[in-house]
Amino acid sequence: MDSKLLPEGVERCSFGMFILWMLPWLAILAWGGLAAVLCLVKGLNQTNMSNVFAFALWIVFDLGVIALGAGAFFSGFLTYVVGKKELKNIINAAVIIGFICYSGATAMLGIDIGQPIRGWFIFWHANIHSMLVEVSFCITCYLGVLIVEFVPIILENRKLDQIKELHIFGHNLHHIMGVIAASGTFLSFFHQGSLGGMFGVMYGRPFAARDGFYIWPWTFFLFVLSAIASGPCFTIICTKLTELLTRKKLVPDNAIQLLAKVSGWLLSLYMVLKIADTLVWIYDIAPRAGFKFMDFYREGPYGVWMVAAELFVCGIIPAIMLMTPKIRENQGMLVTACLLNCTGIILNRFVFIIVTLAIPVMPFDRFLSYLPTWQEWAIGFAVIAYGFIVFSLSYRYLPVFPKERELNPIAG
Amino acid sequence: MKKEHDQGKYKYGMVIDLDKCTGCGTCMVACAAENNVSVRPDESDKQRSISWMQVYKADNGKEFPEAETVYFPRPCMHCEQDGRGGHAPSCVSVCVATATTLDKNTGIVSQIYTRCIGCRYCQAACPYKARYFNWWDAYFPVDKGLERYLSPEVSPRMRGVIEKCSFCHHRLMRARTKAYADGRRKIKENEYITACAEACPAQAITFGDLNNPKHKVAQLIKSKNAFRILERLNTKPKVYYLSSRDWVRKIADNPVDEFSPISG
Repeated sequence: MDSKLLPEGVERCSFGMFILWMLPWLAILAWGGLAAVLCLVKGLNQTNMSNVFAFALWIVFDLGVIALGAGAFFSGFLTYVVGKKELKNIINAAVIIGFICYSGATAMLGIDIGQPIRGWFIFWHANIHSMLVEVSFCITCYLGVLIVEFVPIILENRKLDQIKELHIFGHNLHHIMGVIAASGTFLSFFHQGSLGGMFGVMYGRPFAARDGFYIWPWTFFLFVLSAIASGPCFTIICTKLTELLTRKKLVPDNAIQLLAKVSGWLLSLYMVLKIADTLVWIYDIAPRAGFKFMDFYREGPYGVWMVAAELFVCGIIPAIMLMTPKIRENQGMLVTACLLNCTGIILNRFVFIIVTLAIPVMPFDRFLSYLPTWQEWAIGFAVIAYGFIVFSLSYRYLPVFPKERELNPIAG
Repeated sequence: MKKEHDQGKYKYGMVIDLDKCTGCGTCMVACAAENNVSVRPDESDKQRSISWMQVYKADNGKEFPEAETVYFPRPCMHCEQDGRGGHAPSCVSVCVATATTLDKNTGIVSQIYTRCIGCRYCQAACPYKARYFNWWDAYFPVDKGLERYLSPEVSPRMRGVIEKCSFCHHRLMRARTKAYADGRRKIKENEYITACAEACPAQAITFGDLNNPKHKVAQLIKSKNAFRILERLNTKPKVYYLSSRDWVRKIADNPVDEFSPISG
């Protein structure tokens, strides 16, 4: 039915099968859409956020997907700026994943603010001292960059490519990809950092507050580093999942191995700095505010186990696994290490958002807990469903993986 | 004398004597009535109700007969700094849309409801939990007659924005207007006080200009019993507390080795 739209020389499932695959994701997206309408029409009382949990599940999702979407800018940087040619075989997938993550997060933020119609005030009445302003400016600009990076991939669709003007336009966009990738790297560096800075500058919250360099708290640099350490792993996971579902090899091993190796070394550097940061926090910043390390974990489900899980299970262990060639060459171990790495980063964002707010600062105040409502879950899952839909459509109709034809020759 | 408004450097602040406070909650009610604070048909969800002035209860953790209780009335602290030397409180420096500002002439931290986008970053940054979000549309039950109590001097807030104690800023405006009409440049000490200070039956709350040594508040904060909540965070709040009880002064901050009174 849609055979004329499919890339040449590759095999795709039947249109009916594709629709069947898409249905559950569309259903989840519709469920999220319903929740979004409820939140926009009735207000944020539809969530379980409160005056204590000003930030909640959505912000965890946002920061999580933005960190994991860092694979796009970092792979772009390695491919076009550093000149790692082998990554050209995975860069399209990385760009699409980045686009999904950033556009999903932006849409989610639009629902998360109490007055969505006033969203433009961030740009019009910008407070230049606010880290969130830096985040907003950079994310918006970077989403623009991602669209520019995504457009040439869309224009490579068999039908669109037949239109001469579009073909020339797409081809020219390819030529300036180096500049685009460099500006994307610049923007991403600042918004990944300022997302970390957002929490580091909450000096009234000793659990999150950090000292820093000039106007940037250390969390600024740690968030950048953790994002570029985990983003490529997320790109690997998505690629491996696509390979599993399509039962095809789509990306040559050298590209995957390079990303895994870079990820491993960055993660180990991040771990060294994160452990140093944690020690400074325990022995200097927290005591200055009158807290001992264990005071933060007096009540509630958020215990020291989270520190251990983040630093050791989801930090040091995957770093060693990814740095060791023998381990990362084993597919199962590679995927495990990538999953652990990504889990660690989500856990880190969760800790900075939820645990920071759960811990009372006033000694006579109490610890409170939070559980999301179905509306919050629905919107979170809708972003995941949106990701599956966009990636599935891209895979089906666009030449996302340049080596697919070569790696999977069609018999006869 | 030139007839004009005085724009001198004031630093309005509050001193709450905890030894006098009985925890009756009149300050909370007076504040809500004065400032058109919206209510809910069911106010049981305390994490989402709005209370610019919140009374916290604490005890010394001892059994009878040594058991003692203290009540901490907590308005917005109108902090001077962010805790790391920045010359604006955390809530002001983090606000994306410049919807909250520190007025250097009065020391009052304002909230511009029509500019707030409701991102709640200020709420997350405030260690005193003094900022409240409007989770619902403003509601003043007509059948209960509450709408008749609405003050025309204070704008009600719409859904989706942050609100907080303004030190009854409209009362400052009113006092200034009166002084202007009387041909005075300065307002008198008790001409501008907050609704909570006026309503407190125990007269535990004193309000005035901390920069003016003649004002009672400026004298009270020099007491050896004066302290502020979370002094160690260095946010320099303009709300001070008094208590002759050692444990009360200690419980206002996270474990301190030794209590040291405020200097200046």
